[in-house]
Amino acid sequence: MKTFHVEGGIHPEYRKERTQENAIVALPMPKILCLPLKQHAGAPAEPVVSSGKRVKKGDLLAKPQGAVSAPIHAPTSGTVVDITDMTAPHPSGLAQKTIVLRPDGKDEWGALPPPIENPFAADPAEIDARVGWAGIVGLGGAAFPSAIKFGLRSKKPDILVLNGAECEPYLTCDDRIMQEHADEVVDGARIMAHALGVSQILIAIETNKPAAIVAMTVAAAGYPAVVVMPIPVQYPMGSEKHLTKAVTGRETPAGKMTADIGVVVHNVATARAVREAVRFGWPLISRVITLSGAGLTRGMNIKVPLGTMVVDLIEFCGGFKDGIAPQRLISGGPMMGHPLPSLDVPVIKGTCGILALTKAEINEQPAGPCIRCGGCVSVCPCGLVPLEMAAFIRHDNLEQAEQIGVRDCVSCGSCSYICPSHIPLVQYFNYAKGKLNAADRDHRKQERLKGLVEGRMARMEKQRKAKAEAAATAAAAKKAQAAATAAAAAAAGTATAAAPPTETPKASA
Amino acid sequence: MTPFRHDDRSGPFTHAPTSVRDTMRLVMLALVPATLFDAALFGWPAIDLFTVTILSCLAVEAGCLWTQGKPVLTTLGDGSAMLTGWLLAMSLPPWAPWWIGVLGAVFAIALAKHLFGGLGQNVFNPAMVARVALLVSFPVPMTAFVPPKPLFTEVAPGFLDSLSITFGHAFQLDGMSAASALGMVKTELSRGIPASQSIETTPDLVHMLVGIRPGSFGETSVILILLGGLWLLHKKVISWRIPVTLMGTLFVLGTLFHGINPEHFTSGLFQVVSGATFLGAFFIATDYVTSPVSRSGQLAYGVGVGGFTWIIRSFAGYPEGMAFAVLLMNALTPLIDRAFRPRTFGRTRSGAPLPQPPRTMP
Repeated sequence: MKTFHVEGGIHPEYRKERTQENAIVALPMPKILCLPLKQHAGAPAEPVVSSGKRVKKGDLLAKPQGAVSAPIHAPTSGTVVDITDMTAPHPSGLAQKTIVLRPDGKDEWGALPPPIENPFAADPAEIDARVGWAGIVGLGGAAFPSAIKFGLRSKKPDILVLNGAECEPYLTCDDRIMQEHADEVVDGARIMAHALGVSQILIAIETNKPAAIVAMTVAAAGYPAVVVMPIPVQYPMGSEKHLTKAVTGRETPAGKMTADIGVVVHNVATARAVREAVRFGWPLISRVITLSGAGLTRGMNIKVPLGTMVVDLIEFCGGFKDGIAPQRLISGGPMMGHPLPSLDVPVIKGTCGILALTKAEINEQPAGPCIRCGGCVSVCPCGLVPLEMAAFIRHDNLEQAEQIGVRDCVSCGSCSYICPSHIPLVQYFNYAKGKLNAADRDHRKQERLKGLVEGRMARMEKQRKAKAEAAATAAAAKKAQAAATAAAAAAAGTATAAAPPTETPKASA
Repeated sequence: MTPFRHDDRSGPFTHAPTSVRDTMRLVMLALVPATLFDAALFGWPAIDLFTVTILSCLAVEAGCLWTQGKPVLTTLGDGSAMLTGWLLAMSLPPWAPWWIGVLGAVFAIALAKHLFGGLGQNVFNPAMVARVALLVSFPVPMTAFVPPKPLFTEVAPGFLDSLSITFGHAFQLDGMSAASALGMVKTELSRGIPASQSIETTPDLVHMLVGIRPGSFGETSVILILLGGLWLLHKKVISWRIPVTLMGTLFVLGTLFHGINPEHFTSGLFQVVSGATFLGAFFIATDYVTSPVSRSGQLAYGVGVGGFTWIIRSFAGYPEGMAFAVLLMNALTPLIDRAFRPRTFGRTRSGAPLPQPPRTMP
């Protein structure tokens, strides 16, 4: 099938060879698991267990709260030893409510929901519910609750794109999943397609993963609706909207979702997790991640129980190379990942890799003046002019930065990567987007407040009017009555004419 | 304490092996063949002037940085001042006196670059500001070209002679000067001799291409400049857009008007191979700082430089118009940047979100 041209992008050094050939290895159960309540986009989950509670594998630990949220299940059997504030795997290094579980080593399953025997005959709503129950989120890194994306059925999509691009350097976990579990991924994708009501499944894989392409093509062979599409190696091909453009030729209008143009995108690992939830009733309690970087003794692809501490993973990989701490420890890929504040943070649902990067790999230099080489303009996959946006932001002129499209930036980092002056462009854009979003929130708050005040004023005005009207009608009624009485009196003759109107004292009272 | 660096820096945590210094070095490397050729062609006086110009640029840059309290050595090390000096030297008559190089350095580095805020902030190409300022202020030494006097031949001055040419008064204009091809045609036209006739006395195509002709130091060898330019293209330091549109415009206008009136207008081919066309197209007009950043903007800019060059060469008082054309278009660059933006993903050219395509429901 034909692929479509996507503008811009870069060809970084991929450095995937370090782990590309390494089969997925299961991590032995760690001594302790720490499960933060917010492992997904949206509101944190709410604990349903308390300290001292014994749980079995797959038992619910925390339930979702709010419209966008996901539950958290026990990755193994053991005892909840604490629910406490712990450093989150987030660049802020701030603490977050975390459930601490001590495994008992038995790894006993608790009661699971029954498998959905024939998912292709099942009501899509049943599959939604199961995926939501299982706490599945996008495993490509964004960690958006998948069940909500299943709800996009209402937009009547016609294509499901399975994202196997894995365009970030170093990461090979999706590659390995496709190589080793191609049948499961295809099965999961077909279940997703059934739930979404789409007839066409496109599996997009960058051509630097030939083994995965072969395995997936073989697995998809029996299903005419499933097409494996090799796509050019071009970062950021895995970006949802750019991938959609590359495989379908459809360009998502600004401010819309891919579903608005009929396309739903899911990661390959997510498809596999959906299959396990549907066919076996397993919640999402582990994931495959890549450990890599020259700062690590050996690179590996590891199946990790959620909540595993990074320090345990590093140890499993033989520790830091020559015992020397790397320059940075990154969660995710080197392009869009974020630095980890410490080794004592857990793996969460959105963690797709842990990289120990050396100084040489990072090649961080002090920023120099912009020489307007235009490199950032030609690599920007969003068609922006990064140097100009950065210049506006440097002068805190966020309005103009917004006008020339800073909000259209996906923070892919291509501009920063290519910049000969090493200007941290993405840093500027993230700052601006943060500030603009905060201003938006303030503005919305003010608008809401204004609405409330205006509403109150309108109500008061209405009340006042109603009162006045009631008073006026009462007065009119009185007048009419008085007139009627007077008329009656007149009719009754002069004998009673001198008598005062009976109502008058009451009315004046 | 964490053993590794942690802050809230955004990614990426990897970087292409690029730097300003590497870029400047690549450009200078690309200039080496043409420079060596003309050094050999015009001999020691040219080498003296080249050296003086570059050293002056470095000295003025150091002085400017020092007075502003900016780091001197690291900034000098980026190579931008050296490149400016190099390009300036390549646009000067090879036997010009030393003070032309020194004054040029002051114009280029102090006036055109640092007064505007230093590297990346200048509106006008420093080397071209210097060349034009010198040309307007000192028209005689700036138009005194010499015929080729290759090193180690009998006509070439020795090293010691060269010092008296560059630093003394040994260079006698009458006896030694020669006109550039463009200059010759212009002068003859003003004397009423049609271009179709005067063109006969200019060097033939082969000499023009190889570079055995009078001209500025560094601009003569079309082939070697093209070689350097192609190498820069290959290295992705420059794109094809400005050189191709610039030379294309010059060629088309030249051919068109030559066809209409060959008495007054020289041919498109002559326009392209003569003067500073190749040097300007590949090395001057492509200057990052002073040219547009978007692809469409670069196309417009190239057309503009080519067009203005042709207009100035054909109608103005000066035989060569490249430097003026570059400066004119430099002034328009901010406007071009504003008018020629790339299309944003998901939006129309005007910036509105794309219309939602009609969907055929399955």
